[in-house]
Amino acid sequence: MEIIIAVAIGVLTGSGLWLLLRPRTFQVIIGLSLLSYATNLFIFGMGRLRGNAPPILKPGTAGDISQLADPVPQALVLTAIVIGFAMTALFLVVLLASRGLTGTDHVDGRESDR
Amino acid sequence: MWDDARLLFLIALPFLGSGVVAMLPRDARDTAGLLTGVVTLLASAIVASFYGDMASAAVIRSSVEWLPSLGFNFTIRLDGFAWVMAGLVTIIGFLVVVYARYYMSRRDPVPRFFSFLLAFMGSMLGVVLSGNLIQMVFFWELTSLFSFLLIGYWHHNPGAREGARMALTVTGIGGLCLFAGVMVIGHIVGSYDLDRVLGAGEIIRSHDLYRTALVLVLLGALTKSAQFPFHFWLPQAMAAPTPVSAYLHSATMVKVGVFLLARLWPVLGGTEPWFWIVGGAGVTTLLLGAYIAIFQNDLKGLLAYSTISHLGLITLLLGLGSPLGVVAAVFHLLNHATFKCSLFMAAGIIDHESGSRDIRRLSGLFRFMPITATLAMVAAAAMAGVPLLNGFLSKEMFFAETIVEHVDSLFDEALPFLATVAGMFSVAYSLRLIIDVFFGPPPVGLPRTPHEPPHWMRFPVELLVLACLLVGIIPAMTIGPFLHIAVSSILGDRTPYYSLAVWHGLNFPLLMSVVAMVGGVLVYLLLRGYLASGQEGPPLLRRLKAQRIFERIMVVVSWKWARQLESLFGTRRLQPQLRLLVCLALLAAIFPLYVEGFGPRRLSFQKLDWHGFDTAFALMWLVGMACAIMAAIQAKYHRLAALVMLGGAGLATCITFVWLSAPDLALTQLLVEIVTTVLLLLGLRWIPKRVEGDDAGRITIRMRVRRGWDLAASITAGAGIAMLSYAIMTRPLPDSIASFFLERAYTEGGGTNVVNVILVDFRGFDTLGEITVLAIVALTVFALLRRFRPAPESIGMPEQQRLQAAYDIAHPDRKPDETVAEYLMIPRLIMLWLFPVIGVFAVYIFMRGHDMPGGGFAAGVAMSISFILQYMASGTRWVEDHLRILPVRWIGVGLLTALFTGLGAWLFGYPFLTSHFQYVTLPVIGKVPMASALLFDLGVYSLVVGATVLMLIALAHQSIRSPKPSRKGAPPLAGQGTPPPAGMGGR
Repeated sequence: MEIIIAVAIGVLTGSGLWLLLRPRTFQVIIGLSLLSYATNLFIFGMGRLRGNAPPILKPGTAGDISQLADPVPQALVLTAIVIGFAMTALFLVVLLASRGLTGTDHVDGRESDR
Repeated sequence: MWDDARLLFLIALPFLGSGVVAMLPRDARDTAGLLTGVVTLLASAIVASFYGDMASAAVIRSSVEWLPSLGFNFTIRLDGFAWVMAGLVTIIGFLVVVYARYYMSRRDPVPRFFSFLLAFMGSMLGVVLSGNLIQMVFFWELTSLFSFLLIGYWHHNPGAREGARMALTVTGIGGLCLFAGVMVIGHIVGSYDLDRVLGAGEIIRSHDLYRTALVLVLLGALTKSAQFPFHFWLPQAMAAPTPVSAYLHSATMVKVGVFLLARLWPVLGGTEPWFWIVGGAGVTTLLLGAYIAIFQNDLKGLLAYSTISHLGLITLLLGLGSPLGVVAAVFHLLNHATFKCSLFMAAGIIDHESGSRDIRRLSGLFRFMPITATLAMVAAAAMAGVPLLNGFLSKEMFFAETIVEHVDSLFDEALPFLATVAGMFSVAYSLRLIIDVFFGPPPVGLPRTPHEPPHWMRFPVELLVLACLLVGIIPAMTIGPFLHIAVSSILGDRTPYYSLAVWHGLNFPLLMSVVAMVGGVLVYLLLRGYLASGQEGPPLLRRLKAQRIFERIMVVVSWKWARQLESLFGTRRLQPQLRLLVCLALLAAIFPLYVEGFGPRRLSFQKLDWHGFDTAFALMWLVGMACAIMAAIQAKYHRLAALVMLGGAGLATCITFVWLSAPDLALTQLLVEIVTTVLLLLGLRWIPKRVEGDDAGRITIRMRVRRGWDLAASITAGAGIAMLSYAIMTRPLPDSIASFFLERAYTEGGGTNVVNVILVDFRGFDTLGEITVLAIVALTVFALLRRFRPAPESIGMPEQQRLQAAYDIAHPDRKPDETVAEYLMIPRLIMLWLFPVIGVFAVYIFMRGHDMPGGGFAAGVAMSISFILQYMASGTRWVEDHLRILPVRWIGVGLLTALFTGLGAWLFGYPFLTSHFQYVTLPVIGKVPMASALLFDLGVYSLVVGATVLMLIALAHQSIRSPKPSRKGAPPLAGQGTPPPAGMGGR
């Protein structure tokens, strides 16, 4: 299980970074999204992987870490997902505004002079 | 307790008053003046109420914990000197307010002026009453700040802006030096408490860092008191309204520097470096200021240089290092405040009633305003040191002090002569002020015919001049007790004997005074011809202007060097910066591995364990990874495909969360995925079309190399992070705070879904911050889109709609726009019906959130999807005709609900955001957990709905902005009346 997630994180990071370094704003926004998947999975993985043990208690009892998945990274990732969405939205709008103002979708606001 | 309250109130009162006055409407001159007057009078009364304690030489301290972990307290310390200074600040403050009420024009935003003035007064009180050095520096900087605001009050005047900026730069840098100096003192003493510092004089003076501390503190004091070579900001500050000049730049703020010198005199003073720096700066300023003052043609300029000169005198007295010098310094500080303040006010009256303050144009004003002229002449005589006026007494003390030998040197020998010369200059400029302005032929060509001001405008001048006379004639009965209180609190048992008599017999200081008087008259008579020629600036020094040197330095530092640094290190291009960032991150990750190597305690890998390897899971991720790579490849030319692929990778992530016990994450991820995709789809239209192969011919070798590098860096980083995560995930989980949450989620949080309980209860404060960020982002998106200007080529109808419309026109049996209207008819109907279904679903996942996967975030996003589906199905106009959505209100209600739920805990005496829960049995539904956290989650829900909908529909609205001739004036975004569709798209 771990190896699959690890490779997945690696591929998502690699693709994300490649796009992050591209000159077109749309490429960067897709890259950031891929990168945020990778980051979320990475943080999630810090609580270790575990099937069939969602951190949901039986009413009236205290939970035990040996029986349930780690809830802390999950809480962190939940926050990260929402903030990631907000970031994507903001970036998209900045991208559109920049495109409207400069007439290009290059990240520098002007075509590079190569 | 009573003392504590009074002292705290004394400092808080002006700031409170400032806040209230700032709220007044722009033209509320009388209300603002009245309110400010009452506040200043009340503050004076509070100060006066401490007279009894002060007369018995008590020191009152009051502390409020500020940063207890660092040993900082907000300490107010009232001793005699601080009390006299506080009295000066509040009483002169009151007089200035009365004066300003008549001086300020009805056309100016007067409440703003009074608000700044009160805040300045509060800061001054803060400085003089501070019992902690850091706290004192804080208020010190505040005075600089409010001085800046007051100098720049008439901000339409470039001179005022320039003067304000210069004053702030000089005094602000001085304040920073002082801050550093105070830190050094704190380091030496081990405490910032003023009492501790005052008791540690010996330790400080013998410490290695003494000189460092001294120079830094002096830089602060000398810049603030406009001492040479930092004197140049004060004349520039005269661009301020005259009440400000009278209050800040003669009576109080510039005295703060000498106040600090006197305050720290027992600690830092009396050494050789002190003597040379303080004494040297003082005597230079004294002479230079007085000399330049003679040649000023601007009334306020003359007074400004005279102020500089008198401040130099006080500094020199403190620099001499003898206790009698301190007595004379404090005495002159008070005297100067009275006569200079009244002179400034008189100058303001002249300016106000005649329209000019140019000495060359003014003349014979005695005829027009005899009372004001008399008052001004008495004050000017006090400034010149004429007997029976207060200036004479402290000047005599000064002369007597210069005769006494301090440090055996040529400088000390020359002091009596230098002092007499300075005295001559001051007589000369005072004489010039009196004769040139009030006597001679009547003025010609003034903008207004001069006349007496309203009585209340002159009233403060009358009081101050009366004080000059009383102190000058019966000093022991008037100023005597106050001077004693102030001086004995500085010097303690070192307080020397001094006599406050008017007549000390025929002695050497009197001779010096006589020489200065006669010499001053002669200087004036000799220079009359030169002065009448009306040349600007003093002879000899005309070319050398400190102000110009300062400007040069500013240009070099803030423009030239900044430019050079920018061209050296800066780039306007994003890609090199990001590349640098990625490479640095890579290096930062590789470095520890390189240093430590691989080992059992460091980065190590378990042998690949195929136990639990799930083929289905692997296959799923195979697709997911292929999606990610394809998205990376297609993002340039095939954006829609890349978006679909991105969704594939997101779905794989989502399934992973389900698979590995994170249902909450899966739910949220899935919903957010939907919204993100819709968002990006909406954005696609506004990005320029890019066709594969268009720019194939322009790919150069350099670009290929760059891409190669990027690819290598991406692959390396990806492989690195994969190895890192594998290494971590295969290790046992160390002890973490997870068990804390698991154990208490139900017993203390009242919910079985631990993740949700963490979010809304344990870490509720973080969530509050997070939703605030979300709200800010949504509003930013909204604001940015209001000013959005689409690129010209994307304004027209999208290609598909164009084709459909063309089809309608080509076929006579179809009505125009029919195809567009019928487009996706059945999905549209389904989506319409889905609205209530999704709504119920949202309520469902919201209600179960505390116990089962779900919660405010997920529910909020789900609800917003139901809204956006309506937009997609029926178009913006249709939805807004049928449905009023007020997203900004949703955001506001959500934020306030969350906030007030948190605040509610205070009502029951618990800390912010403490939650409470119990089970409530509702009819039909049954037993329902009712935690206050649920209310908090409701806030989260409402805010998420509002924020998401606001972002999505703001973007969706762009499509109806394109100018269509058939439909002008699309309906505004419901509820907000914005964005303005007409005109925006066309621009």
